[in-house]
Amino acid sequence: MQFFIEVMVGGLLAGVMYSLVALGFVLIYKASGVFNFAQGALVLFAALTFVSIEKMGVPFWIALAITLGIMVLMGVAIERIVLRRLVNQPPISLFMATIGLSFFIEGLAQTVWGTEVHGLELGITDEPFDVMGVFISKFDLFAATLSGVLVAGLALFFQKTKLGRALRAVADDHQAALSVGIPLKHIWAIVWAVAGFVALVAGMLWGSRLGVQFALTLVVLKALPVLILGGFTSVPGAIVGGLIVGAGEKLAEVYLGPFIGGGIENWFPYMLALVFLLVRPEGLFGERHIERV
Amino acid sequence: MSQTGIVPGHTDQQPSPFLLSVNNIEVIYNHVILVLKGVSLDVPEGSIVALLGGNGAGKSTTLKAISNLLASERGDVTKGSVEFRGERVDQLTPDALVKRGVVQVMEGRHCFGHLTVEENLLTGAYTRKASRAEIAQDLEKVYHYFPRLKVRRQSQAGYTSGGEQQMVAVGRALMARPSMILLDEPSMGLAPQIVEEIFEIVKDLNQKERVSFLLAEQNTMVALRYANFGYILENGRVVMDGAADELASNEDVKEFYLGLGGDGRKSFREVKHYRRRKRWLA
Repeated sequence: MQFFIEVMVGGLLAGVMYSLVALGFVLIYKASGVFNFAQGALVLFAALTFVSIEKMGVPFWIALAITLGIMVLMGVAIERIVLRRLVNQPPISLFMATIGLSFFIEGLAQTVWGTEVHGLELGITDEPFDVMGVFISKFDLFAATLSGVLVAGLALFFQKTKLGRALRAVADDHQAALSVGIPLKHIWAIVWAVAGFVALVAGMLWGSRLGVQFALTLVVLKALPVLILGGFTSVPGAIVGGLIVGAGEKLAEVYLGPFIGGGIENWFPYMLALVFLLVRPEGLFGERHIERV
Repeated sequence: MSQTGIVPGHTDQQPSPFLLSVNNIEVIYNHVILVLKGVSLDVPEGSIVALLGGNGAGKSTTLKAISNLLASERGDVTKGSVEFRGERVDQLTPDALVKRGVVQVMEGRHCFGHLTVEENLLTGAYTRKASRAEIAQDLEKVYHYFPRLKVRRQSQAGYTSGGEQQMVAVGRALMARPSMILLDEPSMGLAPQIVEEIFEIVKDLNQKERVSFLLAEQNTMVALRYANFGYILENGRVVMDGAADELASNEDVKEFYLGLGGDGRKSFREVKHYRRRKRWLA
């Protein structure tokens, strides 16, 4: 029993890390109705920028501030150069644009900062400590808390503030949002800047775990089942989806693995997502597609 | 300022006495498709002006040219000017125009489906820097005109009926405290009874809140009953204009748009032929 709890808690905490990545997707999706393929590239870019600046001898917090500034500028630039021209175009055009962006940003990150793998030390040791006989990783706990705070903040932002409401309005109907005087340009710049911020947080946590390297862009693939489970449009959904995926893959690995030869962890989340797509395509908390006849 | 009794005409040089003046605008979509071929119209302060005509006549395009929503549809105003309170507004962004008091209610309602009715209304006040209390007050005012929305305030707009959605769209525009609403095809897809209800509210808003309306409508009969003045558009040109009651009693209008021929109903074939000939002459 104690072993079960330990596996489960470990899984849940790892799941929160997936949520963090998924959050970036939800943000852009909620504000433009588009799946942002470039989120992984943003995560890599943010982490790489931060590490490189810190390597120059800049103190932690200042490096963080500079990176944040760069991510905000990037959000504004993406709106200016790419999105502005795509208002009121079919979602697939926007989606293709984000694919292009993702390659561009990946290339840019490695051209500017180089391709070597950097270590990232956040000052939190990954040592387990004992809670009533269950070992919990300090780092996981820290990551989970941080994600929890971010998610709660963003959920409140979307539901309760004027700007959040405007963002949801834009996701529903660009043209109507324009017609009531919501300035799409500002809104998108803001959202991409916030997505950049979330990417920075995710990039730092994942970077300190895996090392800051190109493989960070692949972490994003794990966010997909999380999004499908939780729903593309729900901030709390990203968290719950992450928890399910995290706990599910670890438990499956430990308890089902021995019967079918292991390696389940890598494909189990996708299997789960597939089942979900058949049963509940909008995810657990996602907005249902409204169709009237 | 001019009142409803005054018949609009075109003043070329001196500042316009009208709330809104559209002067000879030409609109081209995708750089090639000429949709409006020089449309001019005036809306006096406090009036309801109807923009009539069949499918593809250019009614919606005219409204979007005024509200500057054309850019996002790859349309361009290539000639002419739009003046609001005597100032050129054709280069403003849609939100700047909303701040000045011109709001468009688009054809097909365009509610935010996943937002609740109340949230939809609140988005209408986005451009205003008003206090919470002020917004709440305006919300109550909208509910006063549309009591049905108050009942459904917590429902997702996407699940409300067509009539309710039209009310949400108009109410949302009202939240910006506009002096002018560009109302595009409010009767579309609605039962006659609901259409009547919506138009009654439009009249009410016009009289009590002093909101001027420019409304594009295919339902000529209803529109002329509520409007003070009307313009008839055909093929991207104004082919006729006049006071609403004059238009309603005009023989050609009766025949083309109201389906009331002088000597009984004609067959469709004859009507079409006649119309085509008339159009060449126009």
